[in-house]
Amino acid sequence: MESLLDLLDKHGNLTIEEMSTMLGRDAAEIAAEIDEYKNAGIIVGNKLIINWQKTAREFVTALIEVKVTPKFGRGFDEIAERFYQYEQVKSVYLMSGGYDIALIIEGKTLTEVALFVSQKLAPMDTVISTATHFVLKKYKEDGMLLEIPHKDERQVISF
Amino acid sequence: MSFDPNSLLNPVLTAIKPSGIRKLFDIANSMEGVISLGIGEPDFPTPWHIRDAGIRSLEGSRTQYTSNAGMIELRRSISEYLQRRFSLEYNPDSNILVTVGGSEAIDLCMRALLIPGDEVIIPFPSFVCYAPIAELCGAKVVPIYMKAEDNFKLTATDLKNAITDKTKLLVLPFPNNPTGAIMDRQDLEAIADVLRDTNIAVLSDEIYAELNYTEEGHVSIAQIDGMKERTILANGFSKAYSMTGWRMGYLCAASAFVKQFTKLHQYAIMCAPTTSQYAAIEAIRYGDEDVANMRKEYNYRRRFIVDGFNKLGLTCFEPQGAFYCFPCIKSTGLTSDEFCQKLLYDKKVALVPGTAFGDNAEGFIRVSYAYSIEHIKIALDKIKEWLSNE
Repeated sequence: MESLLDLLDKHGNLTIEEMSTMLGRDAAEIAAEIDEYKNAGIIVGNKLIINWQKTAREFVTALIEVKVTPKFGRGFDEIAERFYQYEQVKSVYLMSGGYDIALIIEGKTLTEVALFVSQKLAPMDTVISTATHFVLKKYKEDGMLLEIPHKDERQVISF
Repeated sequence: MSFDPNSLLNPVLTAIKPSGIRKLFDIANSMEGVISLGIGEPDFPTPWHIRDAGIRSLEGSRTQYTSNAGMIELRRSISEYLQRRFSLEYNPDSNILVTVGGSEAIDLCMRALLIPGDEVIIPFPSFVCYAPIAELCGAKVVPIYMKAEDNFKLTATDLKNAITDKTKLLVLPFPNNPTGAIMDRQDLEAIADVLRDTNIAVLSDEIYAELNYTEEGHVSIAQIDGMKERTILANGFSKAYSMTGWRMGYLCAASAFVKQFTKLHQYAIMCAPTTSQYAAIEAIRYGDEDVANMRKEYNYRRRFIVDGFNKLGLTCFEPQGAFYCFPCIKSTGLTSDEFCQKLLYDKKVALVPGTAFGDNAEGFIRVSYAYSIEHIKIALDKIKEWLSNE
């Protein structure tokens, strides 16, 4: 039997009835399962992917590599929590390798992002160093191509 | 005497009717903004690692002819795949021939076997190429008209009634284009019982083998006791790996058959495209997960579209294979051709009349679900709107 989560992962905007049809399962059962996933924190949201690059909106995205000193007994989680509270921080990942935490930050301008890093992140007790990389162009996000429009090159009718 | 090209053409060829959907195809192609559910090829791009293998072969200047039968690495990989997926044993040296798409496999089989006076049994509705090729060979086509009440399966009784002492070949086109019907093990056992004491070969067109939505999965007639020796199994990469344009197919059969098929293939084709053979090796060795993902997505769409047509009152039996459903449109009072033409003109929705696949498919339309769910929803909404105004 196909997984409801797998279906939702690919088609997040379906109605319960449509999901019921596509999985060949009872609609009430599916609604209950979705509630369970929400309560368990497995389904945490449902949002569209917008290619802001194609709009007039001004924005800058940056990847910040952060080296930190973890706190005794609390590891990295408490530091990560401090980071993700900021509205500008869109994603937070604990990393292996040359640095500890990767942040994806969004701001309106380069200056806004630079100030955020220098005034909010860098001064934190636990932060040893930061390295800021500005995103110049996004090509693919969450598995979706942003710059190459999908065009069906097939014939209109074929056997 | 003046030059007259028409007088030079093979009269058997000129007598063959052109494709039943050519007119519809021309109209649809001349229109802007057509919403099509009429395409017989996957909508997924060929998985990148497969395309990449093709590109790497070009970068490495692998642009020479290969062995006539196809690269031995590819034939070995096909052999391993058939063992892994269907418990079928074929020797890569003597039982497998790599062809230009599944279509060449069908063509080779018929041209190698059929001579004037032979009879070939073809179940209808089915893919459009079998009858014309058989006729070009001078063979007589004996149709079996599969019925909606049998879920468009081939029945042992109908087969028995169609066999004569001139019957040489049975075409077994399952999973079926255009109906989406399959033959399960029990169905095939019954067919095998009819064939067992005959001298009839089977051309089993299994191009949609990987698109079977049952728990059991696809069963080949070659898996049925005593059937392998008489079966020419035609398959390919187009549907399973979304590789239509690569034109890669293969056939598997007894060495006596393959030896002669290879001779024909050698003189007509030389070898299947080298770049595509490299891509095919990658596909068949490492593409199982891609196939599973595509099958899962088709299955979502299959349930969705069948439900959609049933809700529109265009009843549709549950197809278990390929990526087509075959709704009945008799309730509209229109013929299949009228239905498809009016829908195209009025709503710019392109479907294929069932009659393109056999005279007995009047009153049915072939609907492809090789499209995104969003696309299918738009098409269904347009058909609904059109039906309410008809």
